[in-house]
Amino acid sequence: MKRVLELTEVYANYGHIQALKGISLTVNEGEIVALIGANGAGKSTALNTISGIVRAAKGKILYKGNDITKSPAHLIVRGGIVQVPEGRAILKTLKVIENLELGAFIRKDPLQIKKDIEEVFDRFPILKKRANQPAGTLSGGEQQMLAIGRALMARPKLLLLDEPSMGLAPLVVKEIFNIIQEINKNGTSILVVEQNARMALKISHRGYVLETGSIVLGDSSADLLNNKKVIEAYLGG
Amino acid sequence: MFLQQIANALALGSVYALFAIGFTLIFGVLEVITLAHGAVFMVGAFAGLIAVTRFNLGIIPAILTSMLASGLLGFIIDFVAVRPLRKKKYHHLAPMIATIGCATIITSISQGIFGAEAYRFPFDFVPTKSYEIGDIQLTLLQLVIIGISFSLMIMLILLLKRTKWGKAVRAVAENRRTAALLGIPVERVFQITSFTSSALGGAAGVLTGLNFNAIHTYMGGPILHRGIAVIILGGMGDIRGAMAGGLILGFSEIMSVAYISSDFRDAISFGLLFLILLIRPSGIFGKVPERKG
Ligand SMILES: Nc1ncnc2c1ncn2[C@@H]1O[C@H](COP(=O)(O)OP(=O)(O)OP(=O)(O)O)[C@@H](O)[C@H]1O
Ligand SMILES: [Mg+2]
Repeated sequence: MKRVLELTEVYANYGHIQALKGISLTVNEGEIVALIGANGAGKSTALNTISGIVRAAKGKILYKGNDITKSPAHLIVRGGIVQVPEGRAILKTLKVIENLELGAFIRKDPLQIKKDIEEVFDRFPILKKRANQPAGTLSGGEQQMLAIGRALMARPKLLLLDEPSMGLAPLVVKEIFNIIQEINKNGTSILVVEQNARMALKISHRGYVLETGSIVLGDSSADLLNNKKVIEAYLGG
Repeated sequence: MFLQQIANALALGSVYALFAIGFTLIFGVLEVITLAHGAVFMVGAFAGLIAVTRFNLGIIPAILTSMLASGLLGFIIDFVAVRPLRKKKYHHLAPMIATIGCATIITSISQGIFGAEAYRFPFDFVPTKSYEIGDIQLTLLQLVIIGISFSLMIMLILLLKRTKWGKAVRAVAENRRTAALLGIPVERVFQITSFTSSALGGAAGVLTGLNFNAIHTYMGGPILHRGIAVIILGGMGDIRGAMAGGLILGFSEIMSVAYISSDFRDAISFGLLFLILLIRPSGIFGKVPERKG
């Protein structure tokens, strides 16, 4: 299997706060990898460090074998790593369609971009109805769909998802996770951060458990689902 | 008489709006109040003047030259005074101090070169003609000023609304982290914004020079004060607000001179702005500041 992403002993700090204390993890081509952990464990920091929004203090991040530890955020996106940030970070003052167009900012194939927007509309028909509304007027679930659709517009090779289920009704959560699996089947590798550990481990191939900035467990998702410690701490067992 | 004042007010107000629109755009995108915008305006006016007197350019090429010069100046100010602060955590007053510094340096150098006297455009550069539109008599000069400033403002709005980079500018204005996650080079957007806004400021300088037929090295100060008032009045960072605010200030100045006294022009105008702000503290189009969560 080919490595898409490899973090080796990555540290990240906010001033004096050590948010990542030397984490190592990998994502292989075609995989869905889950990163689970409690509030404040450092999950978002891990994704932001990969995206170049937070700078690693130490350690190495390789993407398809290239060192991207110090690359600026916009070039990391250009390379094919696209993040759907936590809390529906859509552009509220821009129209739904403008959000999608900006998702394709790095691309230069206007005709294909138009087709891809239609494809997003096919996947999320509600977005088509709302195309010309300011994105801030969408409901929470619709905003999450827009955020995912917008990320797809960049044609990511590696998709980073930060708590896609946050604040959504159970049915919508199911729908979103179905879509994540579909995206993966179409060839995109995925690293998904979740507090909804059961759901994340059910759809992923492998998983890691993050506790206060350190990875304490890493295994196949099936094994993690049966792991006593995981059941106790994260699956409400 | 009153209708005549409308023409004067439109000419004055549209140039205030043009000055303020770039000023507010920089604030909206970079979250910086650049106190060098008045100096950029002055340099733009001189660049336009030189283009006309030395190189015999017509009004449109002269304005384009001025926009290029002031745009470059704005880019340089951003590069040397604001960008280094962006790389660090800074107090929000730091860029103001840095840009006051730039304004002072630019003004001193200009005074060294041009002295303190007023310069004029060649006689009949814009022929003295006038036109009747309904009951309003507009001079050709007023038409040119209103036409150019509104065309530039409409072009800016269309660029922001329709083009890929315009949308990127709006994305950065709303949330620079989200913009970066979309692959938008945020630093480049800051530079484009600084260039464009300063170019518009320079054009406003040329038009002001034409309107009063006077260009001097200390013309940046008064316009800066008005610009600050206008963008606060319109709602910080709001483009329509800057346009509306500029026109309101132009009208109140012209009307106070016409009907009250020129001695009280600024007192009345700024008093009016203050009153509007008492009613709408966040400005005409401004939103009440949200808590950032
Ligand atoms: N911008 C910041 N400045 C200072 N500290 C921060 C910042 N962002 C995160 N932290 C701290 O770093 C640690 C890790 O935060 P992070 O957001 O990565 O956690 P998380 O696992 O994503 O949590 P959650 O599940 O609540 O989203 C926390 O202690 C948090 O308080
Ligand atoms: Mg988080």
